Amino acid sequence: MENNSKWKETLNECRKNKSFMIGLIILISICLVAALAGVIAPYDYAEQYVGERFMAPCAKYPFGTDQLGRDMLSRVIYGSRTALWVAFLGGSLELIIGVVVGLLCGFFGKWVDKVLLFMTDVTWCIPGTILALAVVTILGKGLTNSIIAISLVAWASYARTVRAKTLSLRNMAFVETGKAFGESNVALMFRYILPNIVPSLIVLVSLNLPGTIMSTTTLSFLGLGSQPPSPDWGLAISDGISNITRAPWLSLYPGLALVYTTFGFNLLGEGLRDLLDPHMKSQ
Amino acid sequence: MSEELLRLDHLSIDYKVKDGYLSAVNDINCVINKGEVFAIVGESGCGKSTVAHSIMNLLPGGNEEISGKIIFKGKNLRECNQKEMEAIRGKEIGMIFQNPLDSLNPVYTVGSQTAEAILLDKVDKTEAWNRVLKLFRDVKMPDAEERMKSFPHELSGGMRQRVMIAMMLSRNPELLIADEPTTALDVTIEAQILDILIQLKEQFNTAIMLITHNFGLVAEIADKIGIMYAGEMVESGDVFEIFENPKHPYTKLLMQALPSGTKKDGRLQTIEGSVPRITEKKPGCRFANRCPYAKDICFNETPEAVDISETHFCRCHMLGKEEF
Repeated sequence: MENNSKWKETLNECRKNKSFMIGLIILISICLVAALAGVIAPYDYAEQYVGERFMAPCAKYPFGTDQLGRDMLSRVIYGSRTALWVAFLGGSLELIIGVVVGLLCGFFGKWVDKVLLFMTDVTWCIPGTILALAVVTILGKGLTNSIIAISLVAWASYARTVRAKTLSLRNMAFVETGKAFGESNVALMFRYILPNIVPSLIVLVSLNLPGTIMSTTTLSFLGLGSQPPSPDWGLAISDGISNITRAPWLSLYPGLALVYTTFGFNLLGEGLRDLLDPHMKSQ
Repeated sequence: MSEELLRLDHLSIDYKVKDGYLSAVNDINCVINKGEVFAIVGESGCGKSTVAHSIMNLLPGGNEEISGKIIFKGKNLRECNQKEMEAIRGKEIGMIFQNPLDSLNPVYTVGSQTAEAILLDKVDKTEAWNRVLKLFRDVKMPDAEERMKSFPHELSGGMRQRVMIAMMLSRNPELLIADEPTTALDVTIEAQILDILIQLKEQFNTAIMLITHNFGLVAEIADKIGIMYAGEMVESGDVFEIFENPKHPYTKLLMQALPSGTKKDGRLQTIEGSVPRITEKKPGCRFANRCPYAKDICFNETPEAVDISETHFCRCHMLGKEEF
C-alpha cells in the first residue's frame, strides 16, 4: 500500500514531465524498431535489386533505393540497431572511464590529480579523429573497435566535468559527515559524491551521445568503422553524399533517423535531470 | 574514579603557511572519562575545532604538523592507519558538526541516510529501519515516521540537527564530539537540542566533548570545562570550580562577557582586541597583549600550568600573587 502510493506519485511526476515523456516515447520507438527489424522491414537490408537503382520514394520503396538498388527503408530500420549499440557501448565506456578518472582526480587531489589530469588534457588536446584512427589501426577495423576507439578519446570531457564537481563537493559538510561515520574512501566517492553529480552527468551523456554516434560515423566514412554492407546510418549518409543532387533521399532518411535519435536522447536527458533532482521534486 | 576514555597528551598542531608556521593548538592536555561531558570553551579561531577534528583525524591533510598523543581507550589514534581509523569513526567516536544545514547528503532521504549508518554494522534492513524510527523518536523528531521519508532540504535546521544527532548515535559511540552543535540554530531550538543531549548522555552513558563559545550551554550540561585561548588551554577544571572560582583573567573576562554579567549601564562587556595569529614560538603568555593585568613577566616568560586542585589548573603568572 505504502509502496504503491509512492510508485504512483513517481509515475505521476514522470507523466507531468513533457520532455521526459516525449524523449522516452522516441527512444522506446527506436528500441522497438531495432528489436522488430526482422519483422517490420519489407526487404533484407543487403538485398540488391540491380534493375531498380536510385528509385525515388514510391509505394514499393517508401524511402527509395540506393545506388545498389537496396531498399532504404529496410536499411534505415536495420541501422537503428547499430545506432543503439553505438550509443550503449560508447556511452557506457566513456562514462565509466570519465567518472572514475574524474572522481579520483577530484577526491584525492595532489599527485593523483596531477598525473590523471595530465593524461586527460593530453587526450583532449590531440584531435579526436586522429587519435581514434591510431587506436583503430591498433585494434583493427570494425564497428565495435571503432566505438572503443572513440570512447578512449571522448572520455576526457566527462572526466573534466566530474573532477570539477567533485572538487566542489569534496569539501561539503556532508562528505565530512560521511567520513566521521567511518565510511571508506570508495564509499565516499561513489555513494556520497557521485549521486550528487548524476543529474549533470545525465545531461552531459544526452548531449555527448549524438557526438559519439557521429564520431563513429566519421570512422565508418573513412572506412575504418562499419564495413559495407552494414546498414550503419553514418555509412549511408556518407555514401549518399556523392549522389546528393541526383538522389537526396539517400542521405536524407538516415540523416532524419539520426536527428530523431539525437532528439530523443536530449529530451530524455533533460527530463531525467529534472526528475532526479530532489530539489525540483518538492516544488 | 570513573574510567578514562580519551586523553590528549601534549597535543600540538601547527599549520604550515606561506610565512612559516601557524600554531593552531599548543600543548593541550586533558582527560575525558566515560559518561562525562567535557566542554571546550573559547573565542572563534582559538583552535577548538582543530582539536576536535584532529581527534577524528579529519584535518584537511597536507599542511599540518601534529605532535603529542591522542589516546583513546589506551590506543594512540595518531598511530592508527586509515582502516583502523575508519573502524573507530562513527562506531566509537561520533561527531556532530557546526552546520546542520549542509551536513546531510542532499540526494538521500534522511531515513535512508541514517539506516545506511546502521547498515555499516551489518544488520538486516527491516531491523535497521526500525532502529532509525526509534532513534528519530529518541531525538524528539516530530512526526518521526513521516519525516524519515523527507529529503534534507525539506527539514528545518533544528530537525536536521536532530537527524545528525540520531545518525551519530545510531552506532552507540562511546564518545560524541559536538562541534558547536547549536551555533547555527535559534535559541529555542538550542534549548531543545541541549535537552536531547543531556537525556542521551544519561540514557546511553555517552561521553560528550562539547565545543562551544556559549557559557550558558556549558553551565547546563558540562561536568568539566577547558578554556582555550589562542591554541592553549589556559584553565581547566570541574564546572563548579571554574564557575565559582575562575582563576585565569581570560576566564573571568569571558564570564563577564555573558549577557547576565552586563554592567549597570546595560552594555555588554567585551574583551578588547581579538585572538592573535601565533606564527612564531616565542616565550610569553599568549593572552598578555589583551590582559588588563599583564606585567612584564607575562610578555617574556611562558606561564606553566599550575595545579590549584586535583582537577583544576591554570596557566597564569599572576596566579596567587595578586588579587584582581
